[in-house]
Amino acid sequence: MAMESITGRSASRSKTLTPLVWAQRNLFSSIGNTMLTLASAYLLWLTIPPVLDFTIFSAVWTGTTREACLAPGAGMCWPFIWANIDQFIYGRYPPEEIWRVNLTFALGIAVIVPMLIPGLPARRLNLVLLLIVYPLVAIVLLAGDRPGLPPVPTSEWGGLLVTLVVAITGIVASLPLGVLLALGRRSEMPAIRMFCIIFIEFWRGVPLITVLFMASVMLPLFLPEGMNPDNLLRCLVGVALFSSAYMAEVVRGGLQAIPAGQYEAARALGLTYWQAMGQVVLPQALRHVIPGIVNTFIGLFKDTTLVLIVGIFDLLGQMRAQLADPNWTIPQGALTGYIFAALVFWVFCFGMSQYSNFMERRLDTTRER
Amino acid sequence: MSDGNGKRLKVSDKVMIEMKGVNKWFGDFHVLKDVDLTVHEGERIVIAGPSGSGKSTLIRCINHLEPHDEGSIVIDGIELTEDLKRIDEVRREVGMVFQQFNLFPHMTVLENCTLAPLWVRKMPEKQARELAMKFLERVRIPEQASKYPGQLSGGQQQRVAIARALCMNPKVMLFDEPTSALDPEMIKEVLDVMVELAQEGMTMLCVTHEMGFAREVANRVVFMDDGRIVEQAPPEEFFSAPKNARTKEFLAQILAH
Repeated sequence: MAMESITGRSASRSKTLTPLVWAQRNLFSSIGNTMLTLASAYLLWLTIPPVLDFTIFSAVWTGTTREACLAPGAGMCWPFIWANIDQFIYGRYPPEEIWRVNLTFALGIAVIVPMLIPGLPARRLNLVLLLIVYPLVAIVLLAGDRPGLPPVPTSEWGGLLVTLVVAITGIVASLPLGVLLALGRRSEMPAIRMFCIIFIEFWRGVPLITVLFMASVMLPLFLPEGMNPDNLLRCLVGVALFSSAYMAEVVRGGLQAIPAGQYEAARALGLTYWQAMGQVVLPQALRHVIPGIVNTFIGLFKDTTLVLIVGIFDLLGQMRAQLADPNWTIPQGALTGYIFAALVFWVFCFGMSQYSNFMERRLDTTRER
Repeated sequence: MSDGNGKRLKVSDKVMIEMKGVNKWFGDFHVLKDVDLTVHEGERIVIAGPSGSGKSTLIRCINHLEPHDEGSIVIDGIELTEDLKRIDEVRREVGMVFQQFNLFPHMTVLENCTLAPLWVRKMPEKQARELAMKFLERVRIPEQASKYPGQLSGGQQQRVAIARALCMNPKVMLFDEPTSALDPEMIKEVLDVMVELAQEGMTMLCVTHEMGFAREVANRVVFMDDGRIVEQAPPEEFFSAPKNARTKEFLAQILAH
């Protein structure tokens, strides 16, 4: 067993064993193991049935009002979710303008998905679309204030929309910024190195909540009169800078794993610093730290819920707001809402995690020696 | 053997590399002490000496992988200063082969070879590929072009590294112990390629412990000790009548078995 878990391979021999022999070998091989097995089984018996009962067997799937969920012993109240689904996705975005959000989502999928599929042609065009064209289009579409697009202030944005805006901006901004900071921290130029070290250590040293408070409450006090950037925008900048500091340290770990000879060989061929980094060092370094990068992305995605404390309603914040709705005061309301929110977050984070596993396996064939 | 190919090869009067009064320190450690070295076009120089004597540092100064602290280094008329443009200019003309091969593991053999022509020479892709294949044929591994370095033996990797450097059509080739990391049975295939290169008239500086190669190919052996060039002579003279006491001691050790 010990060897198998170290190598990560399951033993092929166990396939040929009957369940009884397998159980005897793995679960009841000693008095200690038997006790652990029994204790675990008891714990599972205590927890699994109620969870399954609440989420599936006693769940209320249909209905339109709170009365549907008031039966004694009723579980997860899906009518609550369906009745408020627009708020969960769009927040207080004006209902007649919701098509703009949907169009933004659709365009986002259209530029992100091809980028995720390896081996497709026109990579560079796709990258330009994703990093430059799409953000501009998204801003125009979502914020409006253009002919035919009435303005929608960010205070009316909410729900999944805000979660995705904050998370994707953070993710897209933190990777390039993090790479630059990591390179800067290893630079031979003292001024640049110093700046990067101070920047990274400053942002890593403060909690995200503090960053958001500073961005939302303190920053306007320091800025000159009349200069008052949007609250959401300030938080976006805060989140992006915060996560870029974390990203920088992950990338630096990857850079340190690349032997100096790689850089030297590239420079000896006549490549410039940026060519050597872009073509030789970074492709290898980033490949080494895919798990760390995705870890940071997932952490960032979940940290977006903190924008709640500066009055921005992300998915979780919107959920809490809807729970306070007197039309939906039901005993299992909070449990229902949080399970649903958890499910949504889990789908996104698990997706990222699976994609990173897929990329790691795919890139593994080209690993050295 | 000393009357082999080495002597018949032409050496022109044109000065390719000129080092004058070069000094270098690593912290307090004085690695290169007043090094003067002139290399003419077509010369094949073997640099020998005990480890830590500054051989590698010397040739790494020639393409500015290591900056020198004092003195002047002029390569094909370009003086190496801190001017980045000149450094890049020199690096385009000077190829280098490393002890650890330093192939790029995330690229195929062909991509390793086309990288610099594409990005530095801005060559069209088709032309770069043809060029790479030409040199891979010359080092006798065209059939490995689509493999990754990790799938090749050490000897094959080092030959790819030579082809990769040649793709930039360098005027000078630097070899930093090219066979020291190889299994004994692979040393010959790499040396054979280097001998051919020498016969074609390439200007070469080679740090190596392969004294057979020195006798066969070199027209001059440079012996370094403790950061200084203590003796330089044609191989026949160097091996049969060394003048310096340190050289004698070194040769006695290296040729003892």
